[in-house]
Amino acid sequence: MTNFIFGRYLPLNSIVHRLDPRSKLLLSFCYLIVVFLANSWLSYAILVGFTLAAILSSKISLGFFLKGLRPMLWLIAFTVVVQLLFSPAGGHVYFHWTILNITQAGLVNSGVIFIRFLLIIMMSTLLTLSTQPLDIATGLSSLMKPLRWVRIPVDTLAMMLAIALRFVPTLMDEATKIMNAQRARGVDFGEGGLIKQAKSFIPLMVPLFMSAFNRAEDLSTAMEARGYRDSEHRSQYRILTWQRRDTMTWLVFLMVVAAMLATRRW
Amino acid sequence: MAITFEHVGYTYQAGTPMATPALSDISFTVPDHGYLAIIGHTGSGKSTLIQQINALLKPTTGKITVDGFTITPQTTNADLKPLRRHVGMVFQFPESQLFEETIQRDIAFGPQNFGVSEAEANQRALEMLRTVGLDESFAKRSPFELSGGQMRRVAIAGVLAMQPKVLILDEPTAGLDPQGRLEMMTLFNRLHQEQGLTIILVTHQMEDVATYADEVAVMQAGKLLTCATPQEVFSDPAWVQSSDIAVPRAAKFAQRLGERGVKWDQLPLTADQLADQLVRQWPGTGAKHD
Repeated sequence: MTNFIFGRYLPLNSIVHRLDPRSKLLLSFCYLIVVFLANSWLSYAILVGFTLAAILSSKISLGFFLKGLRPMLWLIAFTVVVQLLFSPAGGHVYFHWTILNITQAGLVNSGVIFIRFLLIIMMSTLLTLSTQPLDIATGLSSLMKPLRWVRIPVDTLAMMLAIALRFVPTLMDEATKIMNAQRARGVDFGEGGLIKQAKSFIPLMVPLFMSAFNRAEDLSTAMEARGYRDSEHRSQYRILTWQRRDTMTWLVFLMVVAAMLATRRW
Repeated sequence: MAITFEHVGYTYQAGTPMATPALSDISFTVPDHGYLAIIGHTGSGKSTLIQQINALLKPTTGKITVDGFTITPQTTNADLKPLRRHVGMVFQFPESQLFEETIQRDIAFGPQNFGVSEAEANQRALEMLRTVGLDESFAKRSPFELSGGQMRRVAIAGVLAMQPKVLILDEPTAGLDPQGRLEMMTLFNRLHQEQGLTIILVTHQMEDVATYADEVAVMQAGKLLTCATPQEVFSDPAWVQSSDIAVPRAAKFAQRLGERGVKWDQLPLTADQLADQLVRQWPGTGAKHD
């Protein structure tokens, strides 16, 4: 469980940590679009530079990001290989066997896919490593506010999200505890064949679900006992304010986007 | 099975910015058939310490020997299964480990993982049900329809069914009523006396320490303050005061009597010892007691 970096907060004091979570969420979203807009090597070089700069200014060591990549490795490798072998013909053909072709276009395509994956994972890892889950929830609900006009229960959704995030570490602890108890009873997690591995998770999942349901029931009782009602308008303990550093970050980002657009093939 | 800790240290998430040292330089020995109690405040490292014994956590420094097995930071998981078979571990609130459809199958789960045949494991399950004070009518019921106390018993039966030689108990009586607590502690003591199990008990109940343990280890902030007999640990009021540990109620009562002039050959730690010594000091008063 401890190798699972993606989705975990690393408390440090850097400009990236102090940015408004709304800023970071919107930036990450825009970055996603920007990554797909880039198409020339130079435009990717600019984005790689921007990503590295963002990582450096977060004071989080690069090793953490590489660790975060590990669980995604198979997905990336699979996509790259598929892209490499099944790309439409184009340019020089290096290898041909029945329906499999390795062509110049295929090579370029898989390279591009690889870089896109890398950039997006790096940036979203940066978002979660530098932002507390609760701040992400607050930011999201603040960004979703306009949806109230179409009668979407934003406050209730935000509360659900905040509770879900709040209980991730609790459930992780619980899972570790149950795993330990079952390992002490002779279960080998993550060893043996696929079926054996899948089977070994039953002694983990059943107790985990039991405890999650019990917790949910206790929590709802406790919330109702303290007068919680979902229709009420709720005020917030954390109030987000837009700072100068947010404006500055957006300016830098817009410049990067401009540079990327200028170097892209049209 | 004897257990030896040599300069054991453990750090959570070693090598990351979140690294937190939990144990440092722990050395002690529990003899074969020993009964060790571990006391200390919440967060003092008790639970981390006991998880080292069956290598659920491996030490970051130092060495642990459990009979023939040696656990060092380099030990790999493959070497650990035979060890875990002999070291039974009852976690805090062990009822949360139940998962099977029937109680019998849940109890038989552990032994089967260690290569015991299904028939024999089921047989053991029935035996263990009786050992923990439930009867065979429970065997085919679902563990989830039991009361909290009964679930606890089933979970403990599931550990005992592995027939471990060392039994580690992490606050096994937390949340039980006084009657259940007494029955539970009597059961563990019987296993210790009759089957020679080595027992390691983490507890906040000083009465249990005084009544059952041969030795008591006092933990504070990841360090082992002392490891000695309960008599030695509780008899030194100044040391007890400075290391911020509680004293059994009978011992506290005896100390208060001591302040008013009653002399003790040896500070009584349990209500029985207290009564015996008082009777000896005032002959004639104990006739009805016996």
